Amino acid sequence: MTVIANILIVAAISIGTIFVLVTAIGLIRLPDAFSRAHAASKSATLGVMCILLGVFFHFWLNEGNFNSRILLGILFLFVTGPVGGHMMGRAAYLSGVKLWDKTVRDDLAEALKKKRERRK
Amino acid sequence: MTTFLWVIVVLISISLLGFVYRLVKGPSTPDRVIALDAIGVGIISLIGLISILFDTGFFLEVILLLAILSFIGTVAFSKFTEKGEIIQRDRNS
Repeated sequence: MTVIANILIVAAISIGTIFVLVTAIGLIRLPDAFSRAHAASKSATLGVMCILLGVFFHFWLNEGNFNSRILLGILFLFVTGPVGGHMMGRAAYLSGVKLWDKTVRDDLAEALKKKRERRK
Repeated sequence: MTTFLWVIVVLISISLLGFVYRLVKGPSTPDRVIALDAIGVGIISLIGLISILFDTGFFLEVILLLAILSFIGTVAFSKFTEKGEIIQRDRNS
């Protein structure tokens, strides 16, 4: 039983660590603010969820206390991580951060121009 | 198990160094805020691993607290960069 629990914990924590490392590589290497926000919001959220799932399994299966606060933390991170990434990306676009110079299409610029013309 | 956990702690610290690099270098303000959000995530996972290593469950409230604080910080910074003010005044009264 302990062996199965340890295998579960090690697998969850390893997957989470791989995702956090991928986040760091993406934040260093990607070219503009929007692709960096894309890397940071998705894979960092998934990585920390996997690591906290491993911690939850350790405290449940090895120590024997069902810790519901970690589950609440996982749920909260799952809800708020993408929302934060979205708000930051939208604020970056509206405050005039440049796209990457190899970007081929920009749908939000046309939508914003149409909305401004309708308002006049 | 303990050796494995220390290796994981070292790997997450290396990725925190990557986030700090983006926080220092990032050309625009949203880059820096995104890096701060990712630093919050890294610190949350470090707290989980360290509470396994120290064999105590008393640190686990800090996870929830840091998640809430990091989300509020991101929302406040994005409202500031988008509109120039965080809490808007009511102009009717």
